[in-house]
Amino acid sequence: MTDLPVEGPAAPPRVNGEVVFEAPWQRRAFGIAVDLCEQGAYEWRSFQQALIGRVAEAERGDHPFDYWQCWLNALGDVVEQTGLVALDELDQRSVSLAARPAGHDHEHGHPHR
Amino acid sequence: MTTTEPFAPEIRLEAIESLLLEKGLLDLDRVEQRLEMITTELGPMNGARAVARAWVDPDYRSRLLEDGTAAVRELGIDGPQVEMLVVVENTPEVHNVVVCTLCSCYPWAVLGLPPAWYKSPEYRARVVREPRAVLADFGTEVAPDVEVRVWDSSAEVRYLVLPERPAGTGSRSESELAALVNRDSMIGVRRAGQVDD
Repeated sequence: MTDLPVEGPAAPPRVNGEVVFEAPWQRRAFGIAVDLCEQGAYEWRSFQQALIGRVAEAERGDHPFDYWQCWLNALGDVVEQTGLVALDELDQRSVSLAARPAGHDHEHGHPHR
Repeated sequence: MTTTEPFAPEIRLEAIESLLLEKGLLDLDRVEQRLEMITTELGPMNGARAVARAWVDPDYRSRLLEDGTAAVRELGIDGPQVEMLVVVENTPEVHNVVVCTLCSCYPWAVLGLPPAWYKSPEYRARVVREPRAVLADFGTEVAPDVEVRVWDSSAEVRYLVLPERPAGTGSRSESELAALVNRDSMIGVRRAGQVDD
């Protein structure tokens, strides 16, 4: 078996000599999903079921499999299902964030890692 | 959604983050602390300690096979994804290998986070269909008369393989033995003491 292609920014954290996260958003998406569970927002099983659904969906598609995209979609699913965030406000926020002019400053309350 | 994502992942995540922050549901410092803990304190060195102890202490080995979660806690190893840890033992007759066919379940507290190949569709599908061929790809030849058992992580159960103790290690100390236990040997795709690429 060979590893999946390693793409994205250089110098990601490595565990056991292998890349775990290939981009900062992957690491944050992982951390937030775990933290919300630890805080009692949902059972891990709920996140797991959402992830299983997104993995199956991705594998039915004809695009290259992107594990962390599945993870991020599962995070969106579980915060919506648990009522933490409504899907329409998530979509509206995504639209407004995507519409920012290029070169907008990155001050939004957290360090980029 | 996965074929044509409407938003870049950075944007989508930022949207989730910003909404959770506004609602007071997220503390990014706490998230960062948790990430630091998971990525630095959890790893195969933990599983290796349990394996080495089992190799030198038959009573511990019995407890590890009986109740993996309780036995690793004896060594001070605890954390996410080992609440129901089942340890399966390799023997001259049986070779065990672990997969999560549906997603990426993995015993973080004893192995850290899974490598990319463990999460790949190729490994998850192939190791069930043709485990011997997958093992051969890792350089692990399993004799035809040895049974190969594939363990699929389910909703709650996480598996750890107790690899066979390498021959000729009778005089090694427990910590020297732990150094022979690599991550892949505890997933079951390699043997302990086998030199990585």
